[in-house]
Amino acid sequence: MTLAEILAGLFPQGHSVTVRDGLVTGGGPFADKKLHVVGVDGDTPLGVDGALVLSRAVLDAVRAGDKTPILVVVDSDSQRMSRRDELLGLNECLAHLAKALLLADRSGHPTIGLIYGHSAAGAFIATALATRILAALPGANPSVMDLPSVAKVTKLPLDKLQEMAKSTPVFAPGIDNMVATGAVHVVLDPAKPLDGQIRDLITNLQPGDHRDRLGEERGGRPVARGISAAVITQAGRG
Amino acid sequence: MAGAHAASTDPNALSWYEATARQRVVALADPGSVQEFLPPTERRMSPHLPLFDLPRAFDDGIVVGRAKLDGKTVLVAAQEGRFMGGAFGEIHGAKLVGLLRAALTLKPAAVLILFDTGGVRLQEANAGETAIAETMRAIVDVRAAGIPVIGLIGGRAGCYGGGGLIAGTCSRLAVSEGGRISVSGPEVIETNKGAEEFDSRDRALVWRTMGGKHRRLIGGADVFCADTVSAFRQAALDLIGRAPAFDLATLEAEQARLESRIERFGDCRDATDIWARLGVNDPEAVPAMATRAFDETVSRVREADHDAR
Repeated sequence: MTLAEILAGLFPQGHSVTVRDGLVTGGGPFADKKLHVVGVDGDTPLGVDGALVLSRAVLDAVRAGDKTPILVVVDSDSQRMSRRDELLGLNECLAHLAKALLLADRSGHPTIGLIYGHSAAGAFIATALATRILAALPGANPSVMDLPSVAKVTKLPLDKLQEMAKSTPVFAPGIDNMVATGAVHVVLDPAKPLDGQIRDLITNLQPGDHRDRLGEERGGRPVARGISAAVITQAGRG
Repeated sequence: MAGAHAASTDPNALSWYEATARQRVVALADPGSVQEFLPPTERRMSPHLPLFDLPRAFDDGIVVGRAKLDGKTVLVAAQEGRFMGGAFGEIHGAKLVGLLRAALTLKPAAVLILFDTGGVRLQEANAGETAIAETMRAIVDVRAAGIPVIGLIGGRAGCYGGGGLIAGTCSRLAVSEGGRISVSGPEVIETNKGAEEFDSRDRALVWRTMGGKHRRLIGGADVFCADTVSAFRQAALDLIGRAPAFDLATLEAEQARLESRIERFGDCRDATDIWARLGVNDPEAVPAMATRAFDETVSRVREADHDAR
């Protein structure tokens, strides 16, 4: 699905969403209220400049104080890899964007991620993974690193990695594996109206972070929930 | 246990960079006060590394526990950069997430995170990436509850990848000369964009661009430490007492601070150009400056100190 198709499905009455240099901002009427949209389109890498454009839009929404939902749409590259970005503190800018989304959530704005293309590494953490609930459309392709690069770093042959990837969701790229680890909560049905599906996600939003429980239930992250629970138990003993 | 040996080590002499994670925790805390959760004796090891024929660690490369700092209870996590580059795997990340969630009910004086990480452990990439996102959400919850989260950065693996994003989520950061904070590492930039964009073998360039002094000068860290455990201890105590709130005002101030940085320095090619514009008299002398001279330089730079994180 393209961004234009997504926006048409979300906003049958029209919208003010614009895309500039791959950065998505705007909104439109949605379910008797409004829906803010921020994000990255066109496999664009996210650098210091882009992160601050998006965080400004999020903070503007929080300042308005109307608790309108914020949809974070993502088809990005990884973080922008450059000397300039690191010189200017890319870690601060990406963390700032994630914090803005987490503040919005705490301030009563439902935050929903929607990944419909690629995303990776720091760009993924600062956008889609900083929302309360992350949905995907079929064909989405989040990854930490592509398999040829994993082969290079781990010094394992690519064909062996491809074989392992079939049975081990914990390291392999792709939407199914991110669903299995609990990072992606749900895959939407492109045949059904998108606005209704997003509205249902907003209506049924649960408090708290359930990604480790989902990862345990789905088998993609078998031990994380138990480990964090064990730390909490031991910390609670005098 | 390595900790028992480290307990007798003089914190004034012990190098943070050279110490193991467990040595750092034991020497940082009040003597005899460290209580580790899921210690190595429990052997909670990665279920995934055997698939890659890689050795495992009994603690999965992170120490988490409770300790006293000047008599006050703190929760502390320390990454071990010598094991898999301190990278976030499933258990490693879950231990940090559990510690932060425990803080919400225990209400310690602070949570200290002793970073030493290359980022996500590729063999467990999806679990590590998700754990980083969970960690950032948990840090925000802890900060919003009024508990400072302090990052201490001076280990051999630096603070890269998702570790850099977690650091940017903390209330305050202390960094030493050896500490590097960055998202993409030098090798990653060079591999993807070429040596003309970033020559990873140029170590002076790496330190200038990502090292502790640059981060301190531009306000990316709040204290610059000498490379001793006692210096980090002093920094932690100082920072716990002046942690910014997590609210809209803080993030609006951070937005303005970061926008202003890009506006002022966005055309600079090298860190020395930025230092010159910050008013540093002799930018070329910064890398060789001793801690005291560097602190004096920092004290004249307005951008270095702020409550906007």
